[in-house]
Amino acid sequence: MEWETVIGLEVHVQLLTKSKLFSGSSTRFGAEPNTQACAVDIALPGVLPVMNKEAARMAVKFGLAVGATINRRSVFARKNYFYPDLPKGYQISQYELPVVQLGKLVIDVDGERKEIGITRAHLEEDAGKSLHEEFEGLTGIDLNRAGTPLLEIVSEPDMRSAREAVAYLKKLHVLVRYLGICDGNMQEGSFRCDANVSVRPRGQHAFGTRAELKNINSFRFVEKAIEYEIARQIDLIEGGGKVVQETRLYDSVRNETRSMRSKEEAHDYRYFPDPDLLPLQLEAGFIEETAKSLPELPDAKRERFVREYGLTAYDAEVLTGAHEIADYYEAAVRAVPGQSKLTANWIIGDLSGYLNRDNLEVTAAPVTADMLAGLVRRIADNTISGKIAKEIFEAMWGGEGDADAVIEKKGLRQITDGSAIERVIEDIMAQNPKQLEQYRCGQEKLFGFFVGQVMKATQGKANPAQVNELLRKKLSGTPA
Amino acid sequence: MSLDRTDVERIAHLARLEVGEQELAAYAETLSRILGLIEQMNAVDTEGIAPMSHPLDAGLRFRADEVTETDQREVFQGIAPSAQAGLYLVPKVIE
Repeated sequence: MEWETVIGLEVHVQLLTKSKLFSGSSTRFGAEPNTQACAVDIALPGVLPVMNKEAARMAVKFGLAVGATINRRSVFARKNYFYPDLPKGYQISQYELPVVQLGKLVIDVDGERKEIGITRAHLEEDAGKSLHEEFEGLTGIDLNRAGTPLLEIVSEPDMRSAREAVAYLKKLHVLVRYLGICDGNMQEGSFRCDANVSVRPRGQHAFGTRAELKNINSFRFVEKAIEYEIARQIDLIEGGGKVVQETRLYDSVRNETRSMRSKEEAHDYRYFPDPDLLPLQLEAGFIEETAKSLPELPDAKRERFVREYGLTAYDAEVLTGAHEIADYYEAAVRAVPGQSKLTANWIIGDLSGYLNRDNLEVTAAPVTADMLAGLVRRIADNTISGKIAKEIFEAMWGGEGDADAVIEKKGLRQITDGSAIERVIEDIMAQNPKQLEQYRCGQEKLFGFFVGQVMKATQGKANPAQVNELLRKKLSGTPA
Repeated sequence: MSLDRTDVERIAHLARLEVGEQELAAYAETLSRILGLIEQMNAVDTEGIAPMSHPLDAGLRFRADEVTETDQREVFQGIAPSAQAGLYLVPKVIE
């Protein structure tokens, strides 16, 4: 039987506010345990939550960016369950009336565009952390994260493969970083994904029973976990079994999903409107003001890069993959107008390679946009060859100054003086009479040998195009 | 709609409330009466009336996004039953 996969994603985006959703505690990551957990966060009796305006603004930003409806009135509800890292015994979330509803995101997979619906996005608070390893028979609780604002973004079950799910997730990741509402750090848990996965016979309308996958904290794991789960469900059904609705944990070491709990009544959260919080009402002016503050969004920027800089769709996609890279590119191109393609190549190639190697963000690159532009300028005006440029780039990365300084200091200026190159060629011909003889007898592949010799003699500084041209003439015996 | 003893046991468990065997019947009856009241309200025609989520006719007040709290861990952990290395300790939670 042919099976069709149905995937919906729930993404928890940690909002980049300074303070918590309902208290004035800091949200900074990595502090000593419980030093950023105030009376509200640890739920001492008598405390009341007060809403962070910035969190509301960030939720609205996201809603506007995905073309969603912004509900002028939304309601906070209590989601009740007991766990030691949830001090109140309930999580403040939104249930029936979320702040954002009905948006969409367009993804590209194998050149095909597809619209993925966003059912809703709601504001809620994060829980604390449980540490099970350190104490014999006890669990340690750190409540620093308790109360940190999250935007939970729920997609429609519109994805049909693990690759589509990853494409959606990546798109969302780029978007929230563009909007400046999340740092996107998956290792620190700022961007977390749960996947609802089910299979059904192709052509069947009703959905199959789904499993919810948790603990998939990288794009690669999302793809692998979903693929494992699809195969598991198909095997199960084809073997006469039935998929059970449950939460499954992905184990990246074994590459498998395991049943986490089939806890009875686990999903009976008994939501009800939180009496401590009045409805979240948003003024039209607040929404308009937020709309005006939206940056250029990734899709628009990508299209503009193709139009304005004559880039290929691929180059534009890579350069707009993070707004920091896009900004770097535009700063460099402004400094060397007319070299948009060459500049793009350097960013996608060498710069990205060095950033990866040294595990740096582009904003911390030792070679600034101006410095890269300086290098591109010298390639474009033939002062240096592309090959020498790589050497200069490395020197700039190592802190040896800008391109012009490195060229001067190391004497890397390209030799474009034809007569100087000719003299080198003549010397080499004189030193290699045998190869010259063979070449003239038709062994044309020896041409490369002569190019190599000239480059060696000039330490790579001779202009390659000129070397080729002059060599051809000299070797064939044609008078120059 | 009325609740029986099993319903009461289940609700009590969800809310982590200890309800004694002899109290179950009484709870089942009084809780059922509350449901009866809800049913009575459900019967009212509410077409065109927005659901009320809060009795006050007002919206949420915001605070500015500023860190206003300082570290009071020692004070809070002073009244905690058990704390070590900055962590609150609880009986082991097994997943």
